[in-house]
Amino acid sequence: MIGIINDRCDFCGTCVAVCPVDAIELFEARIKILDHCTDCMLCVWICPVETLAAIEQNGTIKNNEVASLG
Amino acid sequence: MRSQYDCVVVGGGPGGAWAAKHAAAQGASVLLLEKDREVGIPVRCAEAVGIAGLKAVVEPQSRWISNVIEGAVLVSPEGKEVLLASDTAQGYMLDRKIFDYDLVRIATESGVEVLTKAYVYGLIKQNNIVMGVRVQHMGARHDILAKIVIGADGVESRVGRWAGLKTNIKLNDMESCLQMTLSNINVDPRYIYLYFGQEVAPGGYLWVFPKGENQANVGLGIAGTFARYKSAQKYLKEFVDRQFPHAAVLYTVVGGVPCAPTLKKIVSDGLMLVGDAAHQVNPMSGGGIVTAMLAGKIAGKVAAEAVQAGDVGTDRLMRYAESWHRAEGKNHERFHKIKQAVYKLSDADLNKTAESVLRLAPEKRTLSNIFRAALIKHPALIFDVVKAFV
Ligand SMILES: Cc1cc2nc3c(=O)[nH]c(=O)nc-3n(C[C@H](O)[C@H](O)[C@H](O)COP(=O)(O)OP(=O)(O)OC[C@H]3O[C@@H](n4cnc5c(N)ncnc54)[C@H](O)[C@@H]3O)c2cc1C
Ligand code: SF4
Ligand code: SF4
Repeated sequence: MIGIINDRCDFCGTCVAVCPVDAIELFEARIKILDHCTDCMLCVWICPVETLAAIEQNGTIKNNEVASLG
Repeated sequence: MRSQYDCVVVGGGPGGAWAAKHAAAQGASVLLLEKDREVGIPVRCAEAVGIAGLKAVVEPQSRWISNVIEGAVLVSPEGKEVLLASDTAQGYMLDRKIFDYDLVRIATESGVEVLTKAYVYGLIKQNNIVMGVRVQHMGARHDILAKIVIGADGVESRVGRWAGLKTNIKLNDMESCLQMTLSNINVDPRYIYLYFGQEVAPGGYLWVFPKGENQANVGLGIAGTFARYKSAQKYLKEFVDRQFPHAAVLYTVVGGVPCAPTLKKIVSDGLMLVGDAAHQVNPMSGGGIVTAMLAGKIAGKVAAEAVQAGDVGTDRLMRYAESWHRAEGKNHERFHKIKQAVYKLSDADLNKTAESVLRLAPEKRTLSNIFRAALIKHPALIFDVVKAFV
């Protein structure tokens, strides 16, 4: 599952552009990951300000290359 | 607002404004929809344009221009500076808040209607033919019919996807960008500076674009394949801390630039894509203002003529795609090939390139010669360089 660190998001749409399955919705100051997300991670990697992260089932942030989340 | 128009344009950026203007100027009824409260805000741009390119699409107004640029300096990883031979690099720093606003205002003079705070959330389709848009405005939802929908909805475009076009971009062609507008710094207002290298901006470059003597847009773009390991934010912070330790940050811009060739399909029945939505950015420089306006100009005219002819099918609208390809699309394919090769060069190769270019006479330090030197090990690409920089 992809989590959103809301106060970092600038609503720039860069993640939307790389999503292969159109699973990100962006409207003014609101961003939402839709249920058909495949956890491919592209949006997590492209975000310039580290807004997105993969979340484990138990709610902790998965270790990924973009290190300093939280 | 009516319930039916000849053309509905989604997005009030330079591409949308110019498509709307040129469709209306040819007699079409046009509605432009923009999701933000005001056109031009927020600015997601470094605001630099070439003078010649801008003049080809609009007569520049002095109130758009915050600074005149005399030339560009390329900086190698070890810090060698190459000043580009001057006549190729003259530009303006725009104030895009005013610029974007004015382009839409100019479009309204041709009869374009505008609705802001209008978020398009879907298309009306019948047998895969696009018939209009679904809009959310002030809490209410409306269906608006259109003979042609022009999707100029920027990098975050979903209009094309809704019509069934494949518009997502590959990670290595997406530049992950961050920019800070800095003040209390010392810069030479005559020149823009572009920094290259793995440490500074892998798969992209870092820019310092002066808006005056003590103010500049300082930002960078890195290819998505590198952003995976270290974010744009981290790269930029390191540079700014090192280079401008006393700077104040007036404004931060987050964004992405699609540095790819134009999408294979930019039209379908009743639909056209323009600007970032169609990946019409110059894939080498990342400049997309003028190219979006040029595409908008072509698209608007073709749309209005198609409506008049009573044929809005793909084949008819292909006139736009073909005309764009001849004007810029073909060159963008070359730029993209060159870009990919250049971004694979090591820092050592880039340093060597700078040294060999610095041995040329100053008036010979053109982009064409720089790329020839950089791609010395890729003779097959020299043809593209020659073609791209005639
Ligand atoms: C950091 C950065 C620096 C850049 N620097 C430069 C530069 O120096 N020079 C240059 O030439 N180019 C630059 N660019 C590129 C340039 O900004 C874009 O190419 C250009 O703005 C594209 O114009 P456009 O009209 O296609 O899209 P945009 O200007 O992005 O406009 C799209 C509009 O559509 C609206 N929209 C989106 N979805 C919807 C919807 N569903 N409903 C209604 N409205 C919607 C958006 O709110 C937006 O106003 C830069 C880009 C970035 C990110
Ligand atoms: S790329 Fe990052 S900052 Fe931009 S909209 Fe997506 S999550 Fe927000
Ligand atoms: S993880 Fe992949 S599929 Fe899911 S929202 Fe991000 S880009 Fe789209």
